[in-house]
Amino acid sequence: MSLIQLTVNGKPQRLDVPPMKRLLDLLREDLHLTGTKEGCGEGECGACAVLLDGELVNSCLVPALQVNGSRVCTIEGVSTEGRLHPIQQCFLERGGAQCGICTPGMILATHHLLDKHPNPTLEQIQEGLAGNLCRCTGYMRIFESVQEAAKLGAS
Amino acid sequence: MRSDVAQFDLSAPPSLDAVLAQLAAEPGKHTPIAGGTELMVALNTGRLTQHTLVSIHHLKELRFLRADTDAIHIGAGATFTDIRRSAEIAADLPLLIQSASWTGTIANQNRATLGGNICNASPAADTPPALLAYGATITLISKAGTRTLPYAEFHLSYKKTVLRPDELVYSVSVPRDFAGYRQYIRKVGTRNALAISKIALAGLSRLDGNKITDIRLGAASLTDRPVRCSATEAALLGKSVGPEHVDATVRAGRAALASETHTIDDIRSTAKYRAAVAGNLLEEFLRSLAA
Repeated sequence: MSLIQLTVNGKPQRLDVPPMKRLLDLLREDLHLTGTKEGCGEGECGACAVLLDGELVNSCLVPALQVNGSRVCTIEGVSTEGRLHPIQQCFLERGGAQCGICTPGMILATHHLLDKHPNPTLEQIQEGLAGNLCRCTGYMRIFESVQEAAKLGAS
Repeated sequence: MRSDVAQFDLSAPPSLDAVLAQLAAEPGKHTPIAGGTELMVALNTGRLTQHTLVSIHHLKELRFLRADTDAIHIGAGATFTDIRRSAEIAADLPLLIQSASWTGTIANQNRATLGGNICNASPAADTPPALLAYGATITLISKAGTRTLPYAEFHLSYKKTVLRPDELVYSVSVPRDFAGYRQYIRKVGTRNALAISKIALAGLSRLDGNKITDIRLGAASLTDRPVRCSATEAALLGKSVGPEHVDATVRAGRAALASETHTIDDIRSTAKYRAAVAGNLLEEFLRSLAA
């Protein structure tokens, strides 16, 4: 076991976990933050995406020991004081979410994209979300949600 | 089936020297793990056979990009995102930027490292063709010191490299002066994005009029390892890509490529398809030189 100290959604955490435990499982099982979903478990689908020190990563591919001392932002940390983040509001209003499994990863990938490219082209949106698979809506409504969020300056 | 993580150990020594000392003390016992985009997949699918791992992802000594007059030196711990964000690499080594952009998704590019991509030693890896065409050198480091060799000599066979159990890749140095060279790279996969290569070819060439005065070719997924196509380069050197000669030059190039490479059959494609498409890519490159 290893002692891991990290900050999750602004809150300091100390955990004693196996060092190779996946960040995904640390979040879901130890911290009960079940908004982060498991899809493929192979880094292909992006359902487990979170921000690690500001960079988008697939939490199923990150061992716990490698997040010692880091800052993690999950979907639970995107909204503030019970109010949806503008990106979430745009996904809601534009029909960018259906069953919801891919949505947390999509929202965090959008957050990361708009952070790097506040006014993304359609091609940049497509590349930015290429690692997030959705099996419900198709992608057009998701792209529209991102474009709307960009208009609102929602990084 | 997923592995039981309690059966695996991972340590994170504080410095490169400490990691090298650990590798030297028990050679072969500790498997280095950087961004985890390969080994964690193996863990998640129950295929990870190494149970004692040592993290190198936090080592600042391995995560650098340094440009000098002759070359750009890329630390083994530089991520594909680091590479894509480098203005110097973008200016001088566009084939490396292009191939880095092909390497998985943004989330994986934020974690995956050049050193990991090379050490994983897949014949289908995206960056090796460009590194081979550019004539990169690779520096390996151990407690005993460093050694530098042409990257073309690093891969020995399928997933086998010259890396010793007590060594890490320290850096890759890529010559940067390709002013006057034409640069080509193309990857053929199942779909346009996020697919592993069926075949990829990188090419560089310098011409004097229509005459090829230098040509370098690197390929992925053509043989059991990333490969520089030296016999094909030799067959094409001095040939003309002028209107009357280009057909003969293409024929000579295709014949040399077919005879020097033993194309592979695997889950992604067949040897026959690969040989045909590799010839097509070479032809596309050679005809683009004439234009």
